[in-house]
Amino acid sequence: MTLLSIRNLTVSFATSRGPFRAVDGVDLDVAAGELVAIVGESGSGKSVAMLAVMGLLPWTATVTADRLMFDGKDLAAMTPRERRRIIGRDLAMIFQEPMSSLNPCFTVGFQIGEALKTHLGLGRAARRDRAIALLNEVGIPEPERRLRAFPHQLSGGMSQRVMIAMALACRPKLIIADEPTTALDVTIQAQILDLLVRLQRENGVGLVLITHDMGVVAETSQRVCVHYAGQQVEMQPTEGLFRDPHHPYTAALLAALPERASGRLLPSIPGVVPGLADRPKGCLFSPRCRFATERCRTVPPPRAGAELGLALCHTPLVQGVPQRAPAAA
Amino acid sequence: MLRFVIRRVALTLPTFVALMFVTFIAVRLVPGDPIEVRTGERGISPERLAQFRHELGLDRPVWQQFLDYANGLVHGDFGVSIVTKTPVLHEFLTLFPATLELSLCALLLAVVIGVPVGVLAAVKRGGVLDHAVMAVALTGYSMPIFWWGLLLIMLVSESWGLTPVSGRVDLINYYFEPVTGFMLIDSLLSDQEGAFWSAAQHLILPSIVLGTIPLAVIARMTRSSMLEVLSEDYVRTARAKGLSPLRVVGLHALRNALIPVVTVIGLQTGTLLAGAVLTEHIFAWPGVGKWLIESIARRDYPALQGGIMLISGIVIVVNLLVDLAYVAINPRIRHG
Ligand SMILES: Nc1ncnc2c1ncn2[C@@H]1O[C@H](COP(=O)(O)OP(=O)(O)OP(=O)(O)O)[C@@H](O)[C@H]1O
Ligand code: SF4
Ligand SMILES: [Mg+2]
Repeated sequence: MTLLSIRNLTVSFATSRGPFRAVDGVDLDVAAGELVAIVGESGSGKSVAMLAVMGLLPWTATVTADRLMFDGKDLAAMTPRERRRIIGRDLAMIFQEPMSSLNPCFTVGFQIGEALKTHLGLGRAARRDRAIALLNEVGIPEPERRLRAFPHQLSGGMSQRVMIAMALACRPKLIIADEPTTALDVTIQAQILDLLVRLQRENGVGLVLITHDMGVVAETSQRVCVHYAGQQVEMQPTEGLFRDPHHPYTAALLAALPERASGRLLPSIPGVVPGLADRPKGCLFSPRCRFATERCRTVPPPRAGAELGLALCHTPLVQGVPQRAPAAA
Repeated sequence: MLRFVIRRVALTLPTFVALMFVTFIAVRLVPGDPIEVRTGERGISPERLAQFRHELGLDRPVWQQFLDYANGLVHGDFGVSIVTKTPVLHEFLTLFPATLELSLCALLLAVVIGVPVGVLAAVKRGGVLDHAVMAVALTGYSMPIFWWGLLLIMLVSESWGLTPVSGRVDLINYYFEPVTGFMLIDSLLSDQEGAFWSAAQHLILPSIVLGTIPLAVIARMTRSSMLEVLSEDYVRTARAKGLSPLRVVGLHALRNALIPVVTVIGLQTGTLLAGAVLTEHIFAWPGVGKWLIESIARRDYPALQGGIMLISGIVIVVNLLVDLAYVAINPRIRHG
């Protein structure tokens, strides 16, 4: 069953230099219990796209979408109040910076209890019991004592565990984890990720995992979306993507890995993601693409079919060889 | 926490010593001495002058006068007024409740209006309300107290006849013994009908005049502090929980935004008491401010020295309390 279904999601920010399109026509489907990874270089619009789903973007952002459905309900048509009944309850998000994502003025117990009170109407004692159970679940020792702790008394790893406990509080159907381990020590990263994936499997929750780590993608996800400059350039089942990437950008990412599927951070490809000023007319990747042709530089590429990973490319690759797509004349 | 308190208290001691020097010197820098001022134009024979000076101890070397004064202070003796011959501390304590009542009302006004207005301006940043609030705040901040007080008296009291011009209560119709020294409370205790209302009416204009600058400062500080906090990650987390905007802004953001605001409120006590001196003068408010100005006119050295020491002492103590309150509302310091 499809939990989250997005078609042609576009987000633009009003800036002093005119509108800036941070997300440009992104599609995404997540089924219940599925783990979908989103990868892409910094600034490729991964966070903004997911914040748009949560409804957490600042007022300078304009969000449009042909479809923005969650759990059978149209998020775009909802009033803010209706939407608030869903987020934090059925749809939860974990952020990149655990230390600054917890409110320094309130105890851990209070912050976990809030969603329980707002969405489930639990009383004081019930909230406490549930909070202790949650802290146990995310592997925090001495949960009774930790409930009274303030965020500055926790390490980064502990804070992220608390954030995960908060996200799990109301037994959500879908969790969006935005680079949940990037800010943590390398030794802690694996622990937190294992925890997240284990909880996801045990509870049958859908998980959208934004990451820079191709190793994590290979180990955990069932499907991968590749973002480039706000656009979704490819989407494939994980296995297929690593075996036969169809978009030149994905291919370059994988080729640059020291050893395929086990490298850590997203490898670097020569060149930078285009900004507002230097947006190419045709394919956004053309300045860095080694298969680029004159047509690539002038005509925006069409989207290929599912058999070619929905690649946004004039000549998607098959086993590393550019194909002449019949539709792209 | 105890160590912090002790250290913080110890740090105020040098301030007091410096204050002692400065008041002693400043008071004597005003031209003329108590006797010249009292005799005025009439003139006085040199023998009589010397005799008066001797009675007041003004003929002794200045350093000896200072030592006497310092010695008295250490023993809690603030001297005796040259003019009224009553102990300075007694006069101060009799008049201080009036000043305190006025200052507290002014501060209450400033906080009750300033904080919500600052929050609203921050939430509606860049909007009409925001610009209006900031323009008014800037005007309020640069408003000279004398001019503002006289303007309000002319408009509200003289032209519209809405409030009394001066004093703390209508003395023709009401009289009662001071119990607490706070007119609002005493008038209630007196059981005289209308007395409370009269006292409140007398408070309105002076409170507005005295509260204007703190109000502007608090509104601006709340706004900028709130703007900073609203873009913090934890505010996004609070919204991601599906909490109502009221709870996100009024609890998660405001609680953090108030930490610097409380400090600013504390720092306003100095401004407030300085403003009280002028405000009391304009409204003939019988508090320590009016008394100090009169003491300058009479060159009443002990009253001036003692009064300034006491007021400064209050400012120092309040700042100390603010520091402690800052610790109390900021868990990072409390547990750190
Ligand atoms: N509030 C905003 N106003 C204007 N531009 C914004 C805003 N938030 C994000 N952007 C821009 O949108 C683009 C996409 O940002 P986003 O945070 O989604 O990138 P990302 O893919 O999550 O990168 P990272 O891997 O670094 O987290 C960036 O160029 C960023 O500058
Ligand atoms: S459209 Fe052309 S430039 Fe763009 S990715 Fe495909 S081959 Fe490269
Ligand atoms: Mg991001």
